This record gives sequence, structure tokens and C-alpha cells, in this order.
Amino acid sequence: MIEVKNIQKKFGDKVVIENVSAQMKPGQCNLIIGASGSGKTVLMKCMVGLLTPDQGEICYQGENFFSMRQEQHTAIRKEIGMLFQGSALFDSLSVEQNIMFPLDMFTKDTSAQKLKRVNEVLERVSLKDVNHKFPAELSGGMKKRVALARAVVLNPKYLFCDEPNSGLDPQTSLVIDKLIKDLTVEFNITTVVNTHDMNSVMETGDYILYMYQGKKEWEGTRQDIIFSNNKLLNDFIFASEFLKDAKDMRMLEQTGKMPNFRNMDDMIKP
Amino acid sequence: MSLLSDIGRFMLMLKGMFKRPEKASMYWKELMRQCMEIGFGSLGIVAIISVFIGAVSTIQTAYQLVSPLVPLTTIAQIVRDTVILEFAPTLVCIVLAGVAGSRIASELGNMRVSEQIDALEIMGVNTKTYLILPKIAAAMLMIPLLVIIAMALGIWGGRLAGTAAGIISPTIFDKGLADDFLPYNVFFALTKGYVFSFIISSVPAFYGYYVRGGALEIGRASTKAVVVSCILILFADYILSALLL
Repeated sequence: MIEVKNIQKKFGDKVVIENVSAQMKPGQCNLIIGASGSGKTVLMKCMVGLLTPDQGEICYQGENFFSMRQEQHTAIRKEIGMLFQGSALFDSLSVEQNIMFPLDMFTKDTSAQKLKRVNEVLERVSLKDVNHKFPAELSGGMKKRVALARAVVLNPKYLFCDEPNSGLDPQTSLVIDKLIKDLTVEFNITTVVNTHDMNSVMETGDYILYMYQGKKEWEGTRQDIIFSNNKLLNDFIFASEFLKDAKDMRMLEQTGKMPNFRNMDDMIKP
Repeated sequence: MSLLSDIGRFMLMLKGMFKRPEKASMYWKELMRQCMEIGFGSLGIVAIISVFIGAVSTIQTAYQLVSPLVPLTTIAQIVRDTVILEFAPTLVCIVLAGVAGSRIASELGNMRVSEQIDALEIMGVNTKTYLILPKIAAAMLMIPLLVIIAMALGIWGGRLAGTAAGIISPTIFDKGLADDFLPYNVFFALTKGYVFSFIISSVPAFYGYYVRGGALEIGRASTKAVVVSCILILFADYILSALLL
């Protein structure tokens, strides 16, 4: 479990995060949502230790990351996988070398064992025959999947995904969301996802933290969002008329006032 | 203030490099890769520059030595000493600041901007040790070797040009090379080579590693790295000459 306790971060005089607290549990997709500039990326960077907060604690299994010794940092970092917005694959390395990099650096496995593991994770993210391709030869969705494979190759306890769907078409976004969700449940990973994508919110959000101007504005589950009266949250999530209608329909479905049309196929089966 | 802050960050970067490697074999692999890129990658340009500089030195020295009282062997002596003392270490290193320095700055800058350095940090890799130390070590291993090659090729180029232009025969040129030769000059040139190779690798690494922004900033950082390296090379050249000659 990851606990965020009263985190505050300033850049100069500008307060970017103010007193944010949250609990992110294993086996769940924990989402941080908010408009651009709301502080969600800074919060994630504080959580993984790329930035040091001015106040507050980030606790991994109850221990504050920022008061750990160097060896403990290194140990925790080996349990963290991260999927970056731009994939952050090493340009000069092939797909196979990219995924093998953490194994080369941190394990004493033989070449055959490492290759076996690389092929396992590539298969897990549904990629075939790409071992010897370079990042420049891959599509955006494939890059994300390779980056996800690299992030999980060491069986991390914690997975951080910074806007995993940015720049992807809706169909590929769904594939990436499903992969993240499946891996989270399958390996009981504490997953933290930073996203703008409303599909992701409604499909994968087991715990959602909504940030507004650097503060925690709302938290809850994806079911709670449907019934939330928080105006800022509703304006952010259900920004278009189409999404507002979708929310109303989902609300009626969940209160039993309207049949669930997504199960129509089952209903019309002979 | 900005200069002091940059010097402070540069010192901290150097201090941060000396951490225990996570896995020695990975660092060795990276060192060898950098040796190939910095050493063999620059060999062609170093060879071309050295041969032509030696050739031009011979022709221009002969042009200026018009007195029949000055023996022709003096041309070879002047070419030898100019190439060893100045052209091979300084000129070659200024060119290398452009070739290898800009490559180091843009490689690290691109890695920073595309979050590859962050990805390594999160994996638990000490990025200063893994990315910067092998570059500096490779430069300090390979650049003095390039300086030695430049010395040999520069003198050979001078000999070739002197013979081709009918200025000086190979026998007289070789005699001039051996006359009053001071091995200390080679030591001085190599000392300069070591100092310059540190500048060529560490300054661009600093500008590349701390780059902020996008592609435009990578270009700016790369240009700044080359300009600052060149100025520092010339400054160090003066200091070393004043101290050691």
C-alpha cells in the first residue's frame, strides 16, 4: 500500500500541491485525475521520488520514502515500475534490449532465462515478432505496450502510469487500460494512474483522486462519481452534453429505473 | 550568480558520479560503447585534420624561411614542435569538442527530455554514474590516444607535403625531426590531452544532463556546451603553457 500524507510542494513561491493525502491499495487501479496544471504529475513525481516534497510523507508499506536510507531507496525502486507518457524507451536499444535492461542491471539470471522472461512479458502485452525492432519503428500503441512490458518485467509491487492513453486512438486506449487493469489484478500490484481519459476513469478507477488547483477536491470510486454532486468534478468529468447524458443513463441504470442496455444481447437471446 | 550556481551544480554532478555501480558488467559494456563512439567515431576527422594541418605547416614555414642561412632541417623542427605542442592536442581537441562534445550533450539532452533519464532513476540506476562517468572515462582513455595519432599523422602530412611540393627532401625532413627533439614536449602534449578530454566530456555532459524543455533547448544546450568547452580548452591551454613550459 502507498500512503500519501499531507504532501505539499512549491516551485518558487507557487504552491503546486497543497496538503494532499490519499491511500492507494494493492490490486486496485488508483487514479489521479484533474485538469492540466492541477498538480497530478508533480504528485506522481513526488510519489516515485523524482521530486522531493516540501512537506509531508510518501509511505511505502508504512515507511516514509524520504527518510529511508540509500539502500532502502534502491530496494524500493526495484519494486517500482513506471510507464511514462512518452514511453521513455531507450532509442539506441531494440525492444528486446529495452525490456531486458532491468534484468541485465538487477538480476543474475542467465541470458536464456532473461530472454524467456522478455518473451513472457511481450506475450502478456500481446506483442509478437518485435524483439529486434527499435522504438522508432513502432507505433504509439506498440511503444506503450513495450514500455509496459519493461515496467512489469521485474514483477513490481507498484506500477505508476503517467497518462498511459495520451496520443492513442480510443481503441488502443481501451487495450492499454485493460492491460493495466488485468496486470494489476493478476499480480496484486498497487497501480497509480495519472489520466485525463474519461474512459479510463469509468472503466478502471477503483479509487479516484480528483485534484483541482493543487488540492484534493474529491475522492471515491467510479460508482461514486455517477452520484457525486461535486460541481467541479462533474464539470471536469462530464464536460460535454454527450457525457452528461451518459452519466444520467448510468445513474438510471444503477438505480434500476432503466434496463441496462449493454446487456441487451443477453436479453434478446432465445 | 548563475555562473556560481552552474559551477556548484557541475561539482555536485562530478561528486554524484562516484557511487558504487549497480552491476559492474553493465558499466564496462557502456564504457566500451563510449570508447567506440568517442575514439573510433572521431578517428576519421582527426586523421584528416592532422594530415592537412601538418601539410599546411610545412608549406607556410618554408614560405616564411627565405634566408639561405637557415638550414632546411629547421622546417621539419618547426613543423614537429608546432604539431606536437599545439596542433595535435589543442586543435584536435577543439574539433573533438564539436564532434564528441555536441554528441554527448545532445544524447543526454534527448534522454532527459524524453524521460529516459527519469526511467533509469526510477529503476534504481544511478544515472550520473551510469551515463556520465563512462563518457568521461572513455574520453580520457581515447582522446590522448587520438592526440598521439594526430601527432604522427601531422608530421607525416608535413613530410608528404614538403616532398610533393619539392620544398624539402624526406631525408632532410627526417634529419630535422631528430634534431634537438625534446621528449618533454610529448609529455606536455599528453598532459594537455588529458585536461582537454576531461573538459570535452564533462562540460557537454553537464549541459546535456540538466537540459530543460524540448528539442530547441537540446540544440541550444549542445551549442552552449561546444562554445564553453572551446573557451575552457583555450583557457586551460594558456594556463598549462604558462605553468609547464
